[in-house]
Amino acid sequence: MSVTTHGGNPQLNRHGELNHLITIEGLPRDVLTRILDTAAPFTEVAEREVKKLPLLRGKSVFNLFFENSTRTRTTFEIAAKRLSADVINLNISTSSANKGETLLDTVDNLAAMQADMFVVRHASSGAPYLIAQHLAATGRDHIHVVNAGDGRHAHPTQGLLDMYTIRHFKKDFTRLTVAVVGDILHSRVARSQIHALKTLGVPEVRVIAPKTLLPAAVDRLGVRVFNDMQEGLRGVDVVMMLRLQNERMQGALLPSTQEFFKSWGLTPEKLALAKPDAIVMHPGPMNRGVEIDSAVADGRQAVILPQVTFGIAVRMAVMAMLGGN
Amino acid sequence: MPIPQLPDAEALCGALADAMRPHVDASATALVGIHTGGVWIAERLHAALGLKIALGSIDVSFHRDDYNQRGLHANARSSQIPFDVDGAHIVIVDDVLYTGRTIRAAMNEIFDYGRPGRVDLAVLSDRGGRELPVAPTWCPHALSLPVAQMLALERSDDGRLSFRLMEK
Amino acid sequence: MKIHIKNGRLIDPASATDRALDLFIGAGRVVGIGTPPAGFEANSVLDASGCVVCPGLIDLSARLREPGFEYKATLESEMAAAVAGGVTRLVCPPDTDPPLDEPGLVEMLTHRARHPGFAHVHPMGALTIGLAGERLTEMAELAEAGYISFGQANRTIVDTQVLMRAMQYAATFDFPVWLQPQDPFLGKRGVAHDGEVAARLGLPGIPVVAETIAIAALVNLARATGARLHLRRLSSAEGLAMVVAARESGLPISCDVTINNLHLSEHDIAWFDPHTRLDPPLRAAADREALRAGLASGAVDVLCSDHTPVDDDGKQMPFEEAEVGATGLELLLPMTLKWAAEMKLPLATALARITADPARVLGIDSGCLKLGAAADICVFDPAAEYVVSRENLKSQGKNTPFLGKAFPGRVRYTLIDGRLAWDGTGTLS
Repeated sequence: MSVTTHGGNPQLNRHGELNHLITIEGLPRDVLTRILDTAAPFTEVAEREVKKLPLLRGKSVFNLFFENSTRTRTTFEIAAKRLSADVINLNISTSSANKGETLLDTVDNLAAMQADMFVVRHASSGAPYLIAQHLAATGRDHIHVVNAGDGRHAHPTQGLLDMYTIRHFKKDFTRLTVAVVGDILHSRVARSQIHALKTLGVPEVRVIAPKTLLPAAVDRLGVRVFNDMQEGLRGVDVVMMLRLQNERMQGALLPSTQEFFKSWGLTPEKLALAKPDAIVMHPGPMNRGVEIDSAVADGRQAVILPQVTFGIAVRMAVMAMLGGN
Repeated sequence: MPIPQLPDAEALCGALADAMRPHVDASATALVGIHTGGVWIAERLHAALGLKIALGSIDVSFHRDDYNQRGLHANARSSQIPFDVDGAHIVIVDDVLYTGRTIRAAMNEIFDYGRPGRVDLAVLSDRGGRELPVAPTWCPHALSLPVAQMLALERSDDGRLSFRLMEK
Repeated sequence: MKIHIKNGRLIDPASATDRALDLFIGAGRVVGIGTPPAGFEANSVLDASGCVVCPGLIDLSARLREPGFEYKATLESEMAAAVAGGVTRLVCPPDTDPPLDEPGLVEMLTHRARHPGFAHVHPMGALTIGLAGERLTEMAELAEAGYISFGQANRTIVDTQVLMRAMQYAATFDFPVWLQPQDPFLGKRGVAHDGEVAARLGLPGIPVVAETIAIAALVNLARATGARLHLRRLSSAEGLAMVVAARESGLPISCDVTINNLHLSEHDIAWFDPHTRLDPPLRAAADREALRAGLASGAVDVLCSDHTPVDDDGKQMPFEEAEVGATGLELLLPMTLKWAAEMKLPLATALARITADPARVLGIDSGCLKLGAAADICVFDPAAEYVVSRENLKSQGKNTPFLGKAFPGRVRYTLIDGRLAWDGTGTLS
């Protein structure tokens, strides 16, 4: 029961082409660069009168969201529709899974409806890989899987659009110091960002967080660890903020959002410690006053809205690349 | 089959411009070159004909009809149409006309920007082998090639255009 | 039935025997070693050329899934797996459904298992009613019914007052208490070792302190109550070091490790392989090395399979949701041989960990081939390969991280009470 792979990475087919996008980890640098290069012309499509390309015409993209997310689902829907695909949205959290149907049974049912691509968001790490493996084992490896976020593991399209944004504003990855700030422990976005930054050759990747929000072996990810945000932001070119979820207060990981903001919230004063032309990023939605001060979020160094625009182009690029393989 | 003599691309550009001159309006005709060879030729024509409207360029990668067979074309570039397409007189410029599929894709792409008033086609050479009902408005050269051979336009470092024959 | 096992290499770790010796069996017992008793005429001759003849293996942890989990496996299928793996005696943990907390259940289980050709079963009794960690079971009554040790499977007793009382009560009768050291709160929602792999894959972690804190508590309670403690399924280097230190201070604690923790580490999770979803989790390579060395030196007393059949549905889930456990009865011998070869250990030392040493921990006279001993015997070819495949596995549980791999050691014959239960092709009953 093995997926035909290239170099052991189940995302690549035997020709080294992308067959699924599940995680940035393990993808070679040239694959990442190719995705970013492919996204560039797609940004221009949004400027046209007819914002559509015929690439996925007649293809069905199923948004399988086992975890609620209107934002991410909407951007995938827009991206798929701009490629002329038919999009079907499934909020599994409110239907069959609750009736006891297993994940793979749900996948089998949908595959039988002539799906060409599954965009999957799931609360458990590894779920999209299980789906891809099952499709391959049951002779349906023409169906592509795009991971829209699985547990704490990965959110590859977010990582890619963040890299596209950095490349757009900063050009050369190999000269940058980048800081990722916030709840690294629970963040699939952070993991994808860290893998992408390292693969694209960023020489110094920093994580800044209290000890309770850092994984035990975080230094093994190849990052420099800071608990003190003042220290961590010194001389940084890119500040990548993460969302703090309210549940963290319940798990005895943090006492309060006020205390978090005091030590790890991004204010104009703290931002001033970074380089004067440093850019500020956030995957959204933002908690103003918790991880980021409004003055910074609305300030000239924030590139949060361009991230959203680039996100559609990057997702179009990923789907277009997968759809043709 | 004897190797056909390759034409002088520079001379053909001049001939093409001469053929087009009586039929274009310097202030109202827009050129759109197809990457990459068509863009080089369009630059020459734009200068030779003294056209006022800025030059457009398109990459047809996203409108190709062989996506399902061959996947997404690598190195796709952005298209640039710096003028209003609605009602415009547009001349599509390409280097070599072959099956006609590239021209079909180019027209589809242009129509995504608006509804042109008139579309013409200018190519440097027609090598035959059409698979769609596409015909050039102006074309100063024609030759017949076997299926295994490709005619390609090249530009040297000093900007000189020339043709080359390649095996597929 | 008089059986002559000839041309084999006899290895009996208990008596430090390792040479070419024939074995003679009569009336279910060993009646001759090397030379037959006077007047012995064999009804059956088994040719053990090229094979090792050793005591039948004793597995200190194998779930039979009866009662309660018959959709996962049945007594018949798992007994077939046992004899195919050369296992003639096994201990099954109390976490059946209902849990083994009253006499009627052990009677039913031993009655079901009393079948010629089935391995000897020692059900473990629950320490608390329903394994809930609140009220004591009637241990004396249960012992009379046949339970020979008491434990909690992999559930923890949260209330340390209850834990202490349970150990005190067991100590009153000198009943052994078998417990898996895990803190009830640390890593409660964890699914993997809290290390590099969990960090990369985004899996909730179970830190080593979850094991070491519990070992410290259990060691102190054993010292305070005088209970005979056996620690099940160690997973960490630090944990083993604590057990060794406790022993050196005079406390007679025994411990075991599973075949999974002996051979695998967190890196074997690879792409979220649900077959590596185990309890205890696969820890770092350094932990594995410490357990391997500990088993070789005897710091770890016993190797067990921790056989836990899980149906395909239970495993084909995302890692965090998959059911815990791996099948293993048929892998106990190959995994022992592989470890012995890699550590360059004498075969007798390695086999001790699955024969004489488990018998010692169980406190029974078994796991050896002396005159008069019950003829529970395993004959295996150490050079032949065993390929782990769904077809080869006799257990209903095909859930093992070793699928598709080949290991040394094929069982040619298994005898239980002098009766041939497995002849290398099929079970005989």
